[in-house]
Amino acid sequence: MDYSAIDPALLLATLMISATPILLAAIGELVVEKAGVLNLGVEGMMITGAICGFAIAVESGNPFLGLIAAALAGAALSLVFAFLTQILLSNQVATGLALTLFGLGLSSLIGKPYAGIKPPASPRLDIPLLSDIPVLGPILFRHDPMVYVSLALVAAVWFFLKYTRAGLILRAVGENHDAAHALGYKVVRIRFLAIMFGGACAGLGGAYLSLIRVPQWTEGMTAGAGWIALALVVFASWRPWRVLLGAYLFGGITVLQLNLQAAGLAIPVEYLSMSPYIVTILVLVYISARKGRGNLDAPASLGRTFHATH
Amino acid sequence: MSEADGEPPLLVVEGLTKAYPGVLANDHVSFSVAHGEVHALLGENGAGKSTLVKMIYGLVRPDEGRMMLEGRPYAPHRPSDARRAGVAMVFQHFSLFEALNVAENIALGMEDPPPQGELSARIREVSVAYGLPLDPERIVGELSAGERQRVEIIRCLLQNPKLLIMDEPTSVLTPQEVEILFRTLRKLSAEGTAILYISHKLEEVIDLCENATILRHGKVVATCNPREHSARELAELMVGEILTPPHRERAELGDVVLEVRGLSLQATSHFGTSLKDICFSLRAGEVLGIGGVAGNGQDELLAALSGERPTAADTIRLNGQEIGALGPNERRALGLLAAPEERLGHAAAPDMSLTENALLTGAVRERLVRRGLIDWPRSRAFAKRITEVFDVRTPGTEVPARALSGGNLQKFVIGREVLQRPEVLVVNQPTWGVDASAAAAIRQAILDLAEGGAGVIVISQDLDELMEISDTFAALNEGRLSAPRPARGLSVEEIGLMLGGVHGAKVEEGADAGA
Repeated sequence: MDYSAIDPALLLATLMISATPILLAAIGELVVEKAGVLNLGVEGMMITGAICGFAIAVESGNPFLGLIAAALAGAALSLVFAFLTQILLSNQVATGLALTLFGLGLSSLIGKPYAGIKPPASPRLDIPLLSDIPVLGPILFRHDPMVYVSLALVAAVWFFLKYTRAGLILRAVGENHDAAHALGYKVVRIRFLAIMFGGACAGLGGAYLSLIRVPQWTEGMTAGAGWIALALVVFASWRPWRVLLGAYLFGGITVLQLNLQAAGLAIPVEYLSMSPYIVTILVLVYISARKGRGNLDAPASLGRTFHATH
Repeated sequence: MSEADGEPPLLVVEGLTKAYPGVLANDHVSFSVAHGEVHALLGENGAGKSTLVKMIYGLVRPDEGRMMLEGRPYAPHRPSDARRAGVAMVFQHFSLFEALNVAENIALGMEDPPPQGELSARIREVSVAYGLPLDPERIVGELSAGERQRVEIIRCLLQNPKLLIMDEPTSVLTPQEVEILFRTLRKLSAEGTAILYISHKLEEVIDLCENATILRHGKVVATCNPREHSARELAELMVGEILTPPHRERAELGDVVLEVRGLSLQATSHFGTSLKDICFSLRAGEVLGIGGVAGNGQDELLAALSGERPTAADTIRLNGQEIGALGPNERRALGLLAAPEERLGHAAAPDMSLTENALLTGAVRERLVRRGLIDWPRSRAFAKRITEVFDVRTPGTEVPARALSGGNLQKFVIGREVLQRPEVLVVNQPTWGVDASAAAAIRQAILDLAEGGAGVIVISQDLDELMEISDTFAALNEGRLSAPRPARGLSVEEIGLMLGGVHGAKVEEGADAGA
């Protein structure tokens, strides 16, 4: 065993990269769930975003265009979900599961010609001055722009939900859609917008995997990241900063266990591979259980079908 | 407070008609409300009151007819149009968001809310001015029903409405809270705000309102000054038939059938109420009425008595046998039956048929299950018997419980227990949201059961109901039960004191503010 190969600074830097796809998908799903909609199709939207972003980046040679395409593709797929659940009043759980299966299938169909190709490289954004700080510089300030975008998105979602009137209305719709309707708010329209935001974020998360983190296209490459994002939202009690904490914890342990595997730690690989899932869930369960308020944080109308009776 | 004859009324409604598939909810309804008038809208459940006010508030669009507000045509397309025109509404089922705080809830109901800090200050100001103290920072989920209603009222008052619509505002309040509310409403009316007051509590309407429009099956059947009529006459106008008050022969009470000693129970949820040292005994043939404002332990008491939440064995005795640790089915077998408050979801499974629902509680005593197999013919016969004996109006016993109206389902739920010949029956809110004729039938069934020698515990927030049917009365306040007293001769003030007065405000304070 040789632990000296593990460089803490590099570990922390890769942690941020490894957490970003889940963070993007989770912060989008948080907004969707705050509006009272449970979209279990995150995995499907992520992988659709991954291949659409990859394909456009390869065809255009521009990774930035790829990211935009991924967000659009995720939003477009989520629009299917929104139409089915909000207009045709289908069951959210079943529709979400179907969306995941559909997305997985669709992505492998689109992805056939792209297997084994290398995408155009994404530029890294070395923030001037800050990136020269010893230790902290390489950890925090030498990443691609999407890492900073994802952090800004968490802050923006937090601010939006806490301080803006639109955020208040969105929370109200998720809390009690009948009351929101009675006050004259457009429940279905607000939910449509939230679902599309969630889709766009999931698409971006997927494209981050295929264009920046891996970067390559392989079938089923999200490998459950969408499900982890969904679980994060619940265990983070629907709070943006806790989603960030959860995502970085998960990313950190993923990176650490890979390093430990490489270093040849005498624990079966299977245990190491499952450790990120277990630790993340345990920590977040501990945080949310401590208050003893039960699942009071869950938006009260979550997953319930809204139908205006008049 | 009516205006001089020359001035046009504030609101004129002419020939409003609204049809839903299969039912004409409003059929050419016309009436008018003057500035500063307190106008009652009376009617049974399903008479069309709610549809009518939803049209005035812009939630529903009429098929026909027109409205005038202050002499100008008025046709709100959405609630915000109504709010801008000066019409505000306090809903029957509070349209509040439990996880948000008071200020956020109020901001959601306003067109252009000021920033939070400023809004909080205005909430404090208005709440003090109208004798309705309220802390803008509190989470609504932690407030009592009376306090929640204050949130709704203050939300309306902040917009200086010309017309305030109140849908069944007193159904969840203590007598003292009702007094404070009425004082607020009179003050508003004196300041020129008209109030459209929807209720089926006739005494209140007579007390508060100058004019009443009575609806039956979507039509206006009378417009009158309620003070010139007795409650009985108004009720008969509403129902369209002669009502007989429930009665029974007062018989001697028998032996003690149910004895509860030192029953304490921890609340299960954050918003629940713990039961604290509850003691009472119930005799054969006795109706014990337990009053109290919602959220003071009613649900917990029912759960403890029915066996949903077992306790120490010796806290509850049925005919001398310790049953505290037994579950609901074992208690049913011994003769203790219960009908919880929530019709859909607790007393009945909404999507299961009436037969299946009858089977769910009747399996033990009616022997509907044999060697683990369901006896369907017997179950169907039992369900059919319930619908016949209790006049449950339904196309058949195979329709889902959800399809029945509230009154019919409540008759079914109570009838299901009564027909199992209980020795002790516990019911919670037996006539909640049920129209007058169904309520009368349910009360009569409870009295008949007691006359037949069963002990009955009626938990209710409707004090008039309790006074009408109880032999003894006890009040539940923050999980404690007062010592039971004979119901006959108790005054409203004594009952109010037993209920523990008023939440968050003393009556004197309200009096000062209202003066």
